[in-house]
Amino acid sequence: MGLSVVVGCSLAYISLLFLIAWWVDKRATELRPGIVSSPYVYALSLAVYCTAWTFFGSVGRATTGGLSFLGVYLGPTLLAPLWFMLLRKIILISKNQRITSIADFISARYGKSTNIGVMVTLIAVLGIVPYISIQLKAVTFGINTLTHFGEAAPAPKPHFWQDAAFWVTLAMALFTVVFGTRKLDPNERHEGLVAAIAFESIVKLIAFIMVGVFVTFGLYNGFDDLFGKALQQEQTARMFTFSGSGITPFSWNMLMLLSLFAIILLPRQFHISVVENTHPRQITKAMWVFPLYLLLINIFVLPVAMAGKMAFGDTIHPDTYVLSIPLSQGANWLALIAFIGGFSAATSMIVVEATALSIMFSNHVVVPLLIKTRLFGQGKDMVDGASRLLDIRRICIMLMLFLAYLYQKSVGSTYDLVSVGLISFTAAAQLAPSLIGGIYWKRGTRQGAITGLAIGFLFWAYCLPLPSMAQAGIISDEFVKNGLFGLSFLKPYSLFGLSGLDPITHAAFWSLLFNTWFYSIVSINSKPSMLNLTQADLFVNISKYIGRQDSDILKREAKVSELRNMLNRFLGEQRTIAMFQEYESMNQVKLGQQQLAQADLVNFAETHLAGAIGAASARLVLDSVVKEEAITMDEVMRILEQTREAVEHGRLMEAKNAELKTLTLQLTTANDQLKNLDRLKADFITTVTHELRTPVTSIKSLSKIILDYSDELDDNRKQEYLRILVMESDRISRLINQVLDIEKIQSNEAPLNLDTVNLSDLVRQAARGMEQMFAEKQVTIRLHGTDKPNNLRADRDRLMQVIVNLLSNALKFCNPEDGQIDVELEQSGDKMLLRVRDNGLGIPPTMQQLIFEKFTQLHSQTQGKPHGTGLGLFITKSIVEKHGGSIRVESHSVAVPQGAMFEVRIPV
Amino acid sequence: MDAAKVLIVDDEPNIVLAIEFLLQREGYRTEKAYDGIQALEVAEAFQPDILILDVMMPGLNGFEVGQKIRQMPALEYTKIIFLTAKGTQRDKETGYASGAEMYMIKPFDNEELVAAVNEMMAYG
Repeated sequence: MGLSVVVGCSLAYISLLFLIAWWVDKRATELRPGIVSSPYVYALSLAVYCTAWTFFGSVGRATTGGLSFLGVYLGPTLLAPLWFMLLRKIILISKNQRITSIADFISARYGKSTNIGVMVTLIAVLGIVPYISIQLKAVTFGINTLTHFGEAAPAPKPHFWQDAAFWVTLAMALFTVVFGTRKLDPNERHEGLVAAIAFESIVKLIAFIMVGVFVTFGLYNGFDDLFGKALQQEQTARMFTFSGSGITPFSWNMLMLLSLFAIILLPRQFHISVVENTHPRQITKAMWVFPLYLLLINIFVLPVAMAGKMAFGDTIHPDTYVLSIPLSQGANWLALIAFIGGFSAATSMIVVEATALSIMFSNHVVVPLLIKTRLFGQGKDMVDGASRLLDIRRICIMLMLFLAYLYQKSVGSTYDLVSVGLISFTAAAQLAPSLIGGIYWKRGTRQGAITGLAIGFLFWAYCLPLPSMAQAGIISDEFVKNGLFGLSFLKPYSLFGLSGLDPITHAAFWSLLFNTWFYSIVSINSKPSMLNLTQADLFVNISKYIGRQDSDILKREAKVSELRNMLNRFLGEQRTIAMFQEYESMNQVKLGQQQLAQADLVNFAETHLAGAIGAASARLVLDSVVKEEAITMDEVMRILEQTREAVEHGRLMEAKNAELKTLTLQLTTANDQLKNLDRLKADFITTVTHELRTPVTSIKSLSKIILDYSDELDDNRKQEYLRILVMESDRISRLINQVLDIEKIQSNEAPLNLDTVNLSDLVRQAARGMEQMFAEKQVTIRLHGTDKPNNLRADRDRLMQVIVNLLSNALKFCNPEDGQIDVELEQSGDKMLLRVRDNGLGIPPTMQQLIFEKFTQLHSQTQGKPHGTGLGLFITKSIVEKHGGSIRVESHSVAVPQGAMFEVRIPV
Repeated sequence: MDAAKVLIVDDEPNIVLAIEFLLQREGYRTEKAYDGIQALEVAEAFQPDILILDVMMPGLNGFEVGQKIRQMPALEYTKIIFLTAKGTQRDKETGYASGAEMYMIKPFDNEELVAAVNEMMAYG
């Protein structure tokens, strides 16, 4: 394929991207509903995560390391469900503070520290350069593969202008400059850019899937065929297993941890997911769309890797399989599409990454430097600060891409794509402790963050890029072999004697460990500044501050005219006027030129300025015109006291609130219980009146009959009726006594009259008292275990009542032909057991609980309708329970009469 | 004309006894049942003109018995008198809804009960 075709297609593709960006930006200025506010566009733009590394490198990695390529995608997938907490919080903070980059974020958290801004920027730039270099490398070898497929690799060119990579770099730099620095936005939002990135995500996904489908279904008959053939060859069969990847579980976890951090901490990811975010609610959709995207783009990695390995063996670099396979089949069109896919993956990464880095570099390194050396923003020159800022960024982009080119030329060529990419991941991960600690841990201080970042960065540099440079022959490799200064525990691949890990895992382990440790320890042992404190509170408790401007703790004043002049220089005249108008209408005031601007206006100006040049720079700039009233110690104490009071108050309110809730709950429960009790009482009264009315009815009716129709009744009838009258009267008095009894037992007014009671005596006494009744019904009673005393503490009369109740029940229900009752006493541990057994029909299981309730009665087989009150067992149970004991009934079968056994247990 | 037939249903034998005496001396033919299920069986066989029905009984309660009777075409003309200790307004409403012609509360007056039965037989 000719070079002109490849370059021509690439240029056409880039033109298309410009067209999209231009169209979206135009729509945005016309204030039409932004395309970028769609959550799908947001989710797709997040897929800038998938770079040329994913597009070409995953296949390469799978060829050598089997499934290990997946770790980088599993990390973000695992984190995605937590986005609505973590990412949402970061976004809310960033919108509140007009954060423009990750360096801005971390520096703002730790008191808008210039030093931290510089450090984060340096870590990011130095860490990401290798990452950019692999994009350049990927595009370059893509072009080479397309134009020189099947030929010997072109000989290295002596001059850079003969080198394809150089021209690729230059083209990319120009593209990024035009794309990323077209205008200065106060919030660093670039809708056109985001739309183009989202479009590129679709392109690379479709391109990769097309290659995958071509391989799987064109060259083979689907997955079964392809996998089946791959299984037969040893070198491809290895790819199916985790063990074949040669990666340890520890490395797996570290890989996932690194990628989990990377999805938020890589400058381009932070830029797209936070700075370019239009609304936090987009997250909920991105939470599933983005992992789905990762899944789709990874589906065909293994098939392509296997097909490539089977087709080429070791003759072609596996990173190029995506292109080589279609080329070898003569499908040049598909190879071209695949190249465009990889090209779009690389361009999207470079554009966003370089833009994000250039914002950081200009806002946190260049501008502070210029302000401090009074080269910028001072003097009376009328040069527009905005265009100057853009120039600075353009130069940054050029420099960074040049750096990446150098790295690729010197170091990058000896490593594969994924290995180089992971070096960058490890660098980005160094920001994790300061950032995550910063939004969840108020104690994190500036000093802690600086120490942690510095130590983490040093370990990273010493363990990863330096050895790789040594291996490339740029610096002496002495320290790699024997350790620094010949100290073997300083060997960069087995620090402190920790060997057996791959370099990435090893470096990540040590750098993150020391980073986190120093961040925490130094934070705990250092005193935060006032600004650090207020910013910490704002970051950790962002929900309190939503909808509020900066905190008013610091008193700052400036002349309105000076403020205006200064803003003119940085924002341009138009935006400054607009900003003042916004402030005037917001606060319903009119600002005169000589007037003194109060703290809120100064803060307002600072947040706007921060949008252009970052929080730290904005603070520096403002310091030149603002007189900060010296805060006395008293005032600090007062402010702290107020904060503390507010916090205390808040806590108190929360506690009170919780208390109130519990109280309400208790009241409701108590009320329910009362209602229940009321209902029970009403039920009881209804039942009692019914139970009373029944005998009264017979008495009234029968006595009236005797009175009215005495002459019609013979003596027998009269006798019978009179006997009924007596019986029913007895029933009434028994009922009344028992109701009173219940009242007495249940109220605590009549306590138990405790005494030492000989239960054996008591049982014998009861049996004797009822002898007459037993004899009448020809029932025999047998006592067991009454030959010894069986003493216990109890109320003698009440206990007697229990025994008599149980005996009369047994008498009522025992076998009418051959009645037999057994009473048994037994001591078991600290309990005295009293068992009363009859030989009647027994009690059906459904009734066994009910019989202890009020007014439940069983029909005895002798009398049909029972003549009890239905209160006997209830009273018995109440007495036993009042003694701290329990009562239960045992009756197995009604079909085969075995009788019922009541068992009372009372503590001795 | 045959003597009118009255079925007395109550789980208290002594109350049944009293009502039986009062109605028999007025010339009614009586039958008795001591619970709801028995009441349905006897009613079907006996075809009473009047049913004196207690409410709180084991098994089927009186209201349920009333409803069942009302669904039996053979007993279409049987009149039901509830005679019960349940005396609230709601009980009365339930009673009439269960198909009763009259609702009397225990303890009852002998003359009143007899008069009610007589009246019911005379005027339908």
